[in-house]
Amino acid sequence: MACFLVSAAEAVVVTAVEKSAEKKETTNPKADKSNRAEVKIPLSRKLKWLTYMLWGGAVLLAFEHVWHGEVVPWFPFLTAMSNPADAAEMFHEMATVGICMAVLITVVWFVMCKAADAIVKRPDKDIAQTNIA
Amino acid sequence: MTLLISVFAAIIVTVKWYNRKDDSMKLGMLCFLYWGASLMWLVDAIFEYAELKAEYFTPALEDMANDAFLGLSVVALGLVIWLIRLLITDAKGSVHEALKDQKD
Repeated sequence: MACFLVSAAEAVVVTAVEKSAEKKETTNPKADKSNRAEVKIPLSRKLKWLTYMLWGGAVLLAFEHVWHGEVVPWFPFLTAMSNPADAAEMFHEMATVGICMAVLITVVWFVMCKAADAIVKRPDKDIAQTNIA
Repeated sequence: MTLLISVFAAIIVTVKWYNRKDDSMKLGMLCFLYWGASLMWLVDAIFEYAELKAEYFTPALEDMANDAFLGLSVVALGLVIWLIRLLITDAKGSVHEALKDQKD
């Protein structure tokens, strides 16, 4: 009904945090890129991955809701808001399905960041051996 | 069906991204877009399965066709979003070159 709104709300917050982190990194660059052992993926880049997933999911799901006639281009935009019973069902769906969607995307992003950090830390020799195998 | 189509789109784009020569096509954004939508539809599918049980796997032909049409439309929308961003960011400078060239 409107489960995508939870991810969209998270996307707004994460985008703001990402912009702030990006600004902080450009004004105070700490990473020394000449030393490979210390190369780290900046937080702003990782947050950008999360914003892409959240915005992408929210936009494509919003399209699905338009397809099913649950989102309309006139006020109040959500057809479920027209009567209290449907509105209650919509809020229940947002609290269950919507929250689960946002949590799953965040968990997947967290695991992805850990994997990316591990891959970046791999020495070049390991990468070469993997390619030969 | 929508979930299946978006997952296949995500896998194809991810493989394309892995085999990329450079980053000028900005395929990473498209990967995240499709994976984000796929994860959200996965949750939707789990909740629907919990409600319908085995019936979830035997949808009516009409519903399946509608879902497939929706899935393809979603993939097309994702591609349009990616294409607009690609043309605006213009990493290769192709748009800039084309606009500078007064012939077209």
